Amino acid sequence: MQGMSSSDLPPASGPARAEAAPAVELIACPVCDLLQRQADPPVNGRVSCARCGEVLMTNRRGALERTLVASISSVILMVAAIVFPFLELSVAGLSSSASVLEVALAFRGTIVAALSIATLLLIVVIPLIRAAALTYTLLPLILGRRPAPRAERAFRLARELKPWAMAEVFVVGVAVALVKIAGMASISLGPAFWALAGVVVLVISEGASLCEWTVWREIERARKAPPAGTRRVAA
Amino acid sequence: MSRHPAPAGAAPGRTARAAGLVGCRVCGLASPRDLATCPRCGAHLASRAPRSLQRVWALWLVGLMCYVPANLLPMLITDSVGQHYASTIVGGAVEIAAHDLPVALIILLASVAIPIAKFIAIAFLALSIRRRGRVPPAARVHLYEFVEFIGRWSMIDVFVVAILTALVHMGFFASIAPGPAAAFFAFSVIFTMLSAQAMDPRLIWDSAEPDAKHG
Repeated sequence: MQGMSSSDLPPASGPARAEAAPAVELIACPVCDLLQRQADPPVNGRVSCARCGEVLMTNRRGALERTLVASISSVILMVAAIVFPFLELSVAGLSSSASVLEVALAFRGTIVAALSIATLLLIVVIPLIRAAALTYTLLPLILGRRPAPRAERAFRLARELKPWAMAEVFVVGVAVALVKIAGMASISLGPAFWALAGVVVLVISEGASLCEWTVWREIERARKAPPAGTRRVAA
Repeated sequence: MSRHPAPAGAAPGRTARAAGLVGCRVCGLASPRDLATCPRCGAHLASRAPRSLQRVWALWLVGLMCYVPANLLPMLITDSVGQHYASTIVGGAVEIAAHDLPVALIILLASVAIPIAKFIAIAFLALSIRRRGRVPPAARVHLYEFVEFIGRWSMIDVFVVAILTALVHMGFFASIAPGPAAAFFAFSVIFTMLSAQAMDPRLIWDSAEPDAKHG
């Protein structure tokens, strides 16, 4: 387990760091509260807590850009998933179909009607808001502009909503449902299903590459930077 | 993966609280204790989440109270060629097991094993903060992170019911409707997720310190 070095206050990790940031910046581990000096993770490396080993920061090359592309693409795919046919069931000449919105709102008019609000939020609304908030935060940073107004609020929102964006759980639910009715009817998957499957791949790749604390430092740096034409320091 | 050089004879570190600072769990920045919001990210600052354990137990209890009817009441009501049939979560999984064992196991895992394991794990973690146990804090934090990661996957069965309800509506031939258990189960999952989120893992490490102050 590699760690950020620890001492009473752990020293910075390289000689080049001192001139870049004159004021010592202190961070605390979110898991064990150990105070440590901010260090930049090496490219494709990471900084871990010296006491509990929690990974504090990572530095995947192009992580911000990748996350931005994933967010924009997942908004597009979510819209496609809403618009296009999702599932069609046919048996003995009868057929019925359901769109993603119809599934999300399936509990309307049943004894568990209140649940349709929850399913609509978890499957459609929250994943969309999250992708939009990430796009809103990351796009100006990557273009080297000033952060968008209330970018901090938007990025905090994206973090808070993360556990509640359940597109990938929903896709596994689709697979289970298909098995459940496979014996009694034939099912065809529409383009919306594949769009949702694409969202899942994007969500998983985003989770693997984005380092939130790096984004916070970038937002702070961009807010303090002189306005004209300054570019983000390449990671 | 490159390594940071470890300093010779590193002294044991101090926590932000011991240094009179408060760490932001959102962006990591350590700030003076008297700040109410983080100057970097604007998040609310608290050295330790206030009344963390009370909130954990309250939400845990609501989740548990929802979990009991979720298992006793019907989850899925099927009407097929004049036959009316209601099945519970476990009953539904047993039916699937007859023709597809792996999927039945997924449902049993997501709807039975994970929720029960979560109730036990959260209770254990909350109790371990109050009483000093033998389990090292690093292991308890791993358990905590696993509980946080796995919780949302229990929603699978609720989504399955939604899909079947939306898709299977063929009049007399076959139709599927949700039972009351669907709502109880969904709220049970939501409240246990909130319960796990209410726990501040820094309390777990505090409880392992020699002069642990609880709370």
